[in-house]
Amino acid sequence: MIKKLAKSVGEYKKPAILTPLFVIGEIILEVLIPLLMAELVDKGITEGRMDYILKMGIVLIICAILSMFFGSAAGKTSAVASAGFAKNLRKKMYYNVQTFAFSNIDKFSTASIVTRLTTDVNNVQMAFMMLIRMAVRSPFMLIFSFAFSFKINARLSTVFLIFIPILAAGIILIVSKAHPLFRRVFHTYDHLNSVVEENVRGIRVVKSYIREDHEIEKFGKISKSIYNDFSKAEKTVAFNMPLMQFCVYSCTIIISWVGAKLIVTSGGTDLTTGELMSLFTYTIQILASLMMLSMLFVMMTIAKASGERIVEILEEKGDIANKENPVKTVKDGSITFENVDFAYSKNADKLCLDNVNINIKSGETVGIIGGTGSSKSTFVQLIPRLYDATKGSVKVGGVDVRDYDIESLRDEVAMVLQKNVLFSGTIKENLRWGKADATDEEIEHVCKQAQASEFIEQFPDKYNTYIEQGGSNVSGGQKQRLCIARALLKKPKILILDDSTSAVDTKTDALIRKAFAEEIPDTTKIIIAQRISSVQDADKIIVMNDGKIAEVGTHEELIEKSPIYREVYESQMKGAQDDE
Amino acid sequence: MSNQTAARPMRGPGARGPVGRPDMKINKDTVKRLLGCFKDFKFHMIFVAIFIILSASASVLSALFLETLIDDYITPLLGTSGTEGFHDLFMALVKMACIYAVGALSGLFYNRIMASVSQGILKNIRDKMFSHMQTLPIKYFDTHTFGDTMSYYTNDTDTLRQMISQSVPQAMNSIVSILAIFISMLRQSIWLTLFVLLFLVLILRIIKFIGGKSSTYFVRQQHSLGDVNGYIEEMINGQRVVKVFCHEEKAKEDFDKKNDELCKNMTKANTYGNILMPLLNNLGYALYVAIAILGGVLAIKEVPNLSITGIDTLTLGTIASFLTLSRSFVMPISQVSQQINSIAMAIAGAERIFSLIDEEPEADNGYVTLVNAKYDENGNITESTERTGQWAWKHPHGDGTLTYAPLKGNVVLDDVDFEYEEGKPVLHNISLYAEPGQKIAFVGATGAGKTTITNLINRFYDIADGKIRYDGININKIKKADLRRSMGIVLQDVNLFTGTVMDNIRYGKLDATDEECINAAKLANADSFIRMLPQGYNTVLSGDGGGLSQGQRQLISIARAAVADPPVMILDEATSSIDTRTEAIVQRGMDALMHGRTVFVIAHRLSTVKNSDVIMVLDHGRIIERGSHEKLIAEKGKYYQLYTGAFELE
Repeated sequence: MIKKLAKSVGEYKKPAILTPLFVIGEIILEVLIPLLMAELVDKGITEGRMDYILKMGIVLIICAILSMFFGSAAGKTSAVASAGFAKNLRKKMYYNVQTFAFSNIDKFSTASIVTRLTTDVNNVQMAFMMLIRMAVRSPFMLIFSFAFSFKINARLSTVFLIFIPILAAGIILIVSKAHPLFRRVFHTYDHLNSVVEENVRGIRVVKSYIREDHEIEKFGKISKSIYNDFSKAEKTVAFNMPLMQFCVYSCTIIISWVGAKLIVTSGGTDLTTGELMSLFTYTIQILASLMMLSMLFVMMTIAKASGERIVEILEEKGDIANKENPVKTVKDGSITFENVDFAYSKNADKLCLDNVNINIKSGETVGIIGGTGSSKSTFVQLIPRLYDATKGSVKVGGVDVRDYDIESLRDEVAMVLQKNVLFSGTIKENLRWGKADATDEEIEHVCKQAQASEFIEQFPDKYNTYIEQGGSNVSGGQKQRLCIARALLKKPKILILDDSTSAVDTKTDALIRKAFAEEIPDTTKIIIAQRISSVQDADKIIVMNDGKIAEVGTHEELIEKSPIYREVYESQMKGAQDDE
Repeated sequence: MSNQTAARPMRGPGARGPVGRPDMKINKDTVKRLLGCFKDFKFHMIFVAIFIILSASASVLSALFLETLIDDYITPLLGTSGTEGFHDLFMALVKMACIYAVGALSGLFYNRIMASVSQGILKNIRDKMFSHMQTLPIKYFDTHTFGDTMSYYTNDTDTLRQMISQSVPQAMNSIVSILAIFISMLRQSIWLTLFVLLFLVLILRIIKFIGGKSSTYFVRQQHSLGDVNGYIEEMINGQRVVKVFCHEEKAKEDFDKKNDELCKNMTKANTYGNILMPLLNNLGYALYVAIAILGGVLAIKEVPNLSITGIDTLTLGTIASFLTLSRSFVMPISQVSQQINSIAMAIAGAERIFSLIDEEPEADNGYVTLVNAKYDENGNITESTERTGQWAWKHPHGDGTLTYAPLKGNVVLDDVDFEYEEGKPVLHNISLYAEPGQKIAFVGATGAGKTTITNLINRFYDIADGKIRYDGININKIKKADLRRSMGIVLQDVNLFTGTVMDNIRYGKLDATDEECINAAKLANADSFIRMLPQGYNTVLSGDGGGLSQGQRQLISIARAAVADPPVMILDEATSSIDTRTEAIVQRGMDALMHGRTVFVIAHRLSTVKNSDVIMVLDHGRIIERGSHEKLIAEKGKYYQLYTGAFELE
């Protein structure tokens, strides 16, 4: 995991390596300065030698300036390195997500990908900054201080050998107790967020069923469990500081007692009073760096979970990838399904598509009709290779879709999804998704085809109208038409509309189809619809039922031979026929 | 849900809500309110304060003790071989051990109490935010982006957590230490203390400068973090569209721009943040040297020393211990300065949180309530405490009398005007009446105002002019909760909640039995597909019902409304994604359920509305035609055009 993450340091290797070097410089001075200070007091002040005070003062100031330099430099390089690391990490993940197939997105769920890209990256970044600054600082501090204290008096320094294990054991105990709690807290946080999310998105449902109290109760329960776990975890961690104090204080008292005896019995030869004072300083430095190490350890374990989640994203291979030497051009808009089976998950006991066979000629208009859950969407999603068939083969232009360069394939197969999305930005910007360099004329042209120009012209800013995130400021029908225009701009060989005019009134719907027939006659058009009127003039209508193609034919043929189709037709047309 | 939204205010690209503005201004009121959050934990905080004082005093005493250890205990013993001197030392060490024990235990206590306090405060704030959010009008949710609302619960609460659980105790601890050391310094020498104070002014200026810079960038960093996170969220949510359009490269490009910006701000913020500590520490050394020199000069010149214990001469011993004190004095100051960023961010976060809590709740001046009704033998209505299946409006009058009117489902709109945004009317002079048992349909182009009318009937929005009466009562007089309880709404965009299918259906009526839920599902024709799910009714839906198709979700939402069994039902494109065959079955079921009750139907699919009693054709916020299907067809107006439009393709 570390290896995988470390790769993201990338071009920030230099500051990442410089930081610990600067930190070492800072530490050397930090250990040196107290010694100089002791000198200044012992030889300067106590003996009242002004010249010595001045001399040592200058040396000290120089050291302080150096130390300030090292410290600031380390601060700066660590900031550069960690921010850069986070940037690279975020970028790598984001880029990799761009290679994900639909099935990968299904696997992680959108919300979880978002958390990994945001919260988890932040955690790891914090840990990284700690790591390059502290991971060097604490051990070095520990070693230097320990070495100096041993030099002063080895016998006295053995006291540290007793307390370091005690402190270490204590810390390990605390961390091992607290860690699972923290993990649980973070898990509950996810839960809390999802409750808020659902509540905000479904606020109309909440309000119309007057379920505010129910929601508050639901939220309260989770909030309470966060409170319980988090305060328990923090209470466990609260032992850290006192444990540390206990060790420092114990060492101080033992050193005082043994040290005093040593000074007195040896008459100050084995140990001087100044040295005793230094030992106290080292006590704090040794144990504090150990404490630091433990904090680092805790940070790392918290970050570890995040790191793992990040690596999962980094390591996830897009289920759908280009073959070697892929076919780059799509000959025409013909589509063939040969014995195609499909299931969303490998161990699903029911197939979503079961032995589907169909031949669609280039330029044909094909309607698809079928009940809710009859796998209409699944069927068409295989054409631009949003999913791979579990068995059998899907061919476009006579070539298996798996042999195409994905981008070339999808450029020629435009699909308007059922759950479609507009992005924050102007209408023009949104439409240009279809073709980045589209001229204004082209844009207006496709909007006319999609019957969107009329309402766009009514906006005060026309094509520059700003679309809110998720397209919340245009109506469902308007959104659908914009999405169709966006797809048309691609000038695809195959155009798939997955129930994309459901919120558009019948008349507009008819106009759109008329425009299709007149303007893009060579494009294969596949239209999934609920309304018979949307498909009845198609060259071919596929009736789907329960993952299978129940019947294929023209409107007239199907009225004759397909009971499902007839029933659907009658349910929609009865009133009209009575009137006519 | 989104049908009327064309009229909503359009916000420019820069308007991303009140995400932390880059300017750094600490609002005093925010700080005051933040402190107010500690109110519920007064006793806790008193104990915390006591323990912090004890703990900080112990560490100050410890520093002072080490001073005296050598001068008072060890030096006198030097040269003597007597063991009785060790007795004093032993006693002193025992005394210190006790003080240490108190200090360490106090540290443990306040840390543990603080854990409860900080988590308790956060819980209160979270709960308050959420429950307040439930009272906000729909308008709030229509005009705020989802990401903004989410960040109250994530980023902003998190900044508060950092501040309360770390910065506050740290600051308290440091202040106590600073005070204690300050007093000790005064005991040593007032002159030198004055000098330290002078130096302190310099230190504070530096803290203010660098700290200010760093806070500015930290707030800016939060801002771009929000920006990046928002972008990630939008893109990942639209990832499927990105894929379909092979828009990956462009998506990367925009992302890189934002990501670089974030990196820049983050680097600056952290640089300033990281520099502060070494700067202050080393200034501390400079102070040390300065005191040594000054003290040396004073001592050599034999300037009389002034301290709060009296006047004497400045001894070298005094200078030595003063030097040590000055070290302990600078330490807590630089520790506090480390907290500046987290405090600045927390205050910015708190400001946003308070802005949510201050958001005006949905006004409700209604006093007419819905009660369970019972009829006595004379046919008069009396209120009942148990569920009778019959409902009545309880209407208290100004003169103190109470009247009961049966709930029928009679809805009248009288000359209603409405606008979402001033100057942009959406509905004009809408008048209509719906008798109980009638099915009223609204037809019209998208944006004609169909959904808006239903938004007004259940008071998601309040009308600008005109009157809406429900069973003869002005709906403004009816308590909103009771008004809404009497209506079921099924919307086009289905929102399901994490939980089992059964839980989701039961959302309509929390005390419904499994059997009632299953019956409702059967009525909505959802039973068969639900049974095909891996765990049937116990299948857990997550992520807004992810695995289900739009049509299946609609069926579940219809079942949810059916189980609520309301006297008035509003179906807003409720069956738009359901195939017509299934729709016909569902409709039969619904008709049976709603027999004798009022139903409003909005649909563009005319087959859905054909069998309605009255069909209203809306155009640009006006009703242009009304009547039964037959009548409208015979009139050969707009409805006729719409209707036949579906057939004139050849």
